[in-house]
Amino acid sequence: MKSIQELEKIRQAAIEKVNIRTDRKGTRIVVGMATCGITAGARPVLMALLEESSKRKLEDVVVTQTGCIGICRLEPIVEVYKEGEGKTTYVEMTPEKAQRIIVEHIVNGKIVNEYTIGAYEK
Amino acid sequence: MELFRSHVLVCGGTGCTSSGCQKIIAKLDEQLEKHQLEKEVKVIKTGCFGLCEAGPIIVTYPEGAFYSRVEEKDVERITEEHLLKGRIVTDLLYKDAVIDGEIKSVDEVEFYKRQQRVALRNCGVINPESLEEYIAFDGYKALGKVLTEMKPEDVIDVIKRSGLRGRGGGGFPSGLKWDFTAKAEGDQKYVACNADEGDPGAFMDRSVLEGDPHVIVEAMAIAGYAVGADMGYVYIRAEYPIAVDRLDIAIKEARKAGLLGKNIFGTGFNFDMEIRLGAGAFVCGEETALINSIEGKRGMPRPRPPFPAVKGIWNKPTLLNNVETYANVPQIILNGADWFAGIGTEKSKGTKVFALGGKINNTGLVEIPMGTTLKEVIYDIGGGIPNGKAFKAVQTGGPSGGCIPADHLDTPIDYDNLIALGSMMGSGGMIVMDEDNCMVDIARFFLDFTVEESCGKCTPCREGTKRMLEILDRITEGKGELSDLDKLESLSKTIKTASLCGLGQTAPNPVLSTLHYFRHEYEAHVNDKKCPAGVCQELLQYVVIPELCKKCGICAKKCPVSCIDGVKGKEVYIIRQEDCVKCGACLEACPFKAIKKG
Amino acid sequence: MKTISVTINGKKLQVPENYTIIEAAKEIGIDIPALCYDPNLDKVGACRICVVEVEGARNLMAACTTPITEGMVISTESKNAVETRKEILRLLLDNHPNDCLVCNKAGECKLQEYAFKYDVKFRQHDGERRQAKVDNTNPYIHRDDSKCVLCGKCVRTCNKVEDRKVLSFGERGFETHIVADYDNLMADSSCVSCARCLAVCPVGALMDARTMGKARVWETTTEDVKCTVCEYGCDFELLKKNGKVYAVRAKSPVEGRPLCLKGRLSVDLTYNEEVQVPYVKKDGKFVEATWEEALGLGKLLSKLGK
Repeated sequence: MKSIQELEKIRQAAIEKVNIRTDRKGTRIVVGMATCGITAGARPVLMALLEESSKRKLEDVVVTQTGCIGICRLEPIVEVYKEGEGKTTYVEMTPEKAQRIIVEHIVNGKIVNEYTIGAYEK
Repeated sequence: MELFRSHVLVCGGTGCTSSGCQKIIAKLDEQLEKHQLEKEVKVIKTGCFGLCEAGPIIVTYPEGAFYSRVEEKDVERITEEHLLKGRIVTDLLYKDAVIDGEIKSVDEVEFYKRQQRVALRNCGVINPESLEEYIAFDGYKALGKVLTEMKPEDVIDVIKRSGLRGRGGGGFPSGLKWDFTAKAEGDQKYVACNADEGDPGAFMDRSVLEGDPHVIVEAMAIAGYAVGADMGYVYIRAEYPIAVDRLDIAIKEARKAGLLGKNIFGTGFNFDMEIRLGAGAFVCGEETALINSIEGKRGMPRPRPPFPAVKGIWNKPTLLNNVETYANVPQIILNGADWFAGIGTEKSKGTKVFALGGKINNTGLVEIPMGTTLKEVIYDIGGGIPNGKAFKAVQTGGPSGGCIPADHLDTPIDYDNLIALGSMMGSGGMIVMDEDNCMVDIARFFLDFTVEESCGKCTPCREGTKRMLEILDRITEGKGELSDLDKLESLSKTIKTASLCGLGQTAPNPVLSTLHYFRHEYEAHVNDKKCPAGVCQELLQYVVIPELCKKCGICAKKCPVSCIDGVKGKEVYIIRQEDCVKCGACLEACPFKAIKKG
Repeated sequence: MKTISVTINGKKLQVPENYTIIEAAKEIGIDIPALCYDPNLDKVGACRICVVEVEGARNLMAACTTPITEGMVISTESKNAVETRKEILRLLLDNHPNDCLVCNKAGECKLQEYAFKYDVKFRQHDGERRQAKVDNTNPYIHRDDSKCVLCGKCVRTCNKVEDRKVLSFGERGFETHIVADYDNLMADSSCVSCARCLAVCPVGALMDARTMGKARVWETTTEDVKCTVCEYGCDFELLKKNGKVYAVRAKSPVEGRPLCLKGRLSVDLTYNEEVQVPYVKKDGKFVEATWEEALGLGKLLSKLGK
């Protein structure tokens, strides 16, 4: 170890690997990963969410899986819990849609209305 | 960089290793491969979670679902239901983790909620064999800070102001120790870590080394910088193979990363360390005996002064701290002396790890702020006494400590309070006793340990503890006299005041404290030749209660020495006491509860 | 050397600052009882008989190892110190055979001396005792482990000679005993019978096999002589009963003095009027030998034509 900067670099890199075990605050993105979700294609969605958030080094974002959300016909479902914002439920997700959610909603704070369950119900 | 959506933490501490976590890990790996989840789910073997009673333990993140007593067959379900489909397998969760059908995360379990983890911060969280993970959790940041921003005297000042005291038993102010070593004259100095945890039932040091070995490497390097040492020794008992392995890996990794060796962080500071294995003698936990042992000599204490800070390993100034003490150091450096001094009581700062054992529901490892009461630890965290039995006493400090009765359960735990109660903090063993424990027998147990582990160097400990044990043996066999109690007290006084080392000076504590709080039990053994708790075999009697005896003869049939006489259907059965071997078979066999023990 | 002032039993005195309490007390003629202390050996603080009361100290302090400090107030015979000393002596006696009547060490045994001084008797606690393991396999050294008080002086003396280091501690706790090599019999060990250990043993655990049963201490007079075998000139005592020399004894070894069997035998032959046959070790066994053999004079004598 030659310098503090080097240590910090290792730390930053390592945090990305382990951050799902640390911070419970910040943003939590939950992917329905029950049988219904997985068969509808939730896994590539989850991977896309993970990749995109790590690419952008989003430290306070937790991507996680959950069980069946109950509206299986709309799977894959992604729910976003953002501090001070409550829950947003996105439905019929694809990896491409997932990337857009990270960019617009998570990074820029603008909910992608057209993918939400509200838009679908209309 | 690989990313995983889920981390499965499997406890790889000694407790869980012996309850079979290796098989669980193998099964998990097999199942993940079967379901092609290897790329999404990462299995991590961690250090002790502290709830050893419930092992093997699996915790999954991000949910924090806490599975306990996992068996191989459960792994399939956890993999298919939870990891694949995302449905938490409720019935396999730790029982306290499910309340009113709502699943709580591991941190919300009562057992964890009241704890404050400083020394055990990373245990059960990181992969102890990964330097990267340690760094991710702010590892080596304190060392960096110390080397680049602080002068050695500043470091010592922080430790002093934090109020940290030795966690190995003595409770000596750590900052002072560091200061003495720093100021001692010598061209070569050493830092050493006492990992020769010997108190029966205590295993916090093992858990730190197994769960977070890098914290010791980092803390010792910090200490080396503060006192002017470039070499460290960790003295671990060879009975801790997992701890030895993981520390060895940590040292090698740290060396490879340049966190040990020459010119650390480019600051010109050199530090390296080595492991020394102990053969598991209790006395080698005494600092001067430990130093003798490191030097390859017989583990016998040396007279103090000179103290190790002046003449330690190879007569060079040596800083010797215990594992748990070191484990607090990086946190103190990072969060500041005031943060640490803000936790705990006036004279005992920070947290203390206790190994809960004995008659308590949640046996395991807990870390609590100093000042938590014994009651909170035993009832709120420990879950109370099993089977509805009544609490009798709690023993702290292992063979050097004493037994504290129920009247004092509201005492806030700190060094001075425990000493005032005739016990001591010790390394943090906490053994709970209930109504079924005989206090004379307990005193005898601890003294038996001391006699076995006395090094034999000084007369009071070598000869005196043996005589005390002989007296206790007599008392438990019903051959004691009242004058024996005086003899015990007189011997205790001599041993306490005249022994060479701390082990001898504290060896009579279990006897003195039980004599003080439970004298009536001793008197019952001596005067009435009765053991009130029904433990001391020689004093037990099995008798048939004539009114309840249905003359069935089952007891006589079961008796292995045929000492029960009677005539089936006609005469009440009688146990011939002179032949009875007190095996208790009749008591168990009698369908009418007509036999009593007492 | 700087001196500092201390008060011992009410007397104020100035002593060099590197003194321990026992050394300071000696300056004013106070002999603090001690079994493991020897000014020529490392101080270990093992027997604890020398405990004294120091004002302000939590526990009693071992006088042999505790360095004095400025203004220290010491009481060597305070009630607490004496009570404790008596209890420790009692513990030693409880584990010691009651055979002073026939013990060769009687009269010069330190344990006996202190027991008398403090009026401590045998058998306070009637418990387990050290096994009587008499080892008389070495014709020069009589070992009786049942009498050992584990002061460790023999070990420290033996370990002063780098290439010997025969004696050490074995086992631990109550089972602790002195072992030769790997707990061998003396004859089977690497011991070269220099007998330094005999000179320091305070009790009857190690005795000169060649004096056994010959005389009591109080019947014995002594005369100092020097060995002439080599240039060291070790000090010996001739032990006499009724004016007749019945044995020779090496005085305590000091730094730089080797003591050797050959020297001792030659003093023995020179002065002893009832000299016993010498023994030498051949092929690992002690066998009777001629004096020429034992002293290595064979070739010399033939060369000198004798």
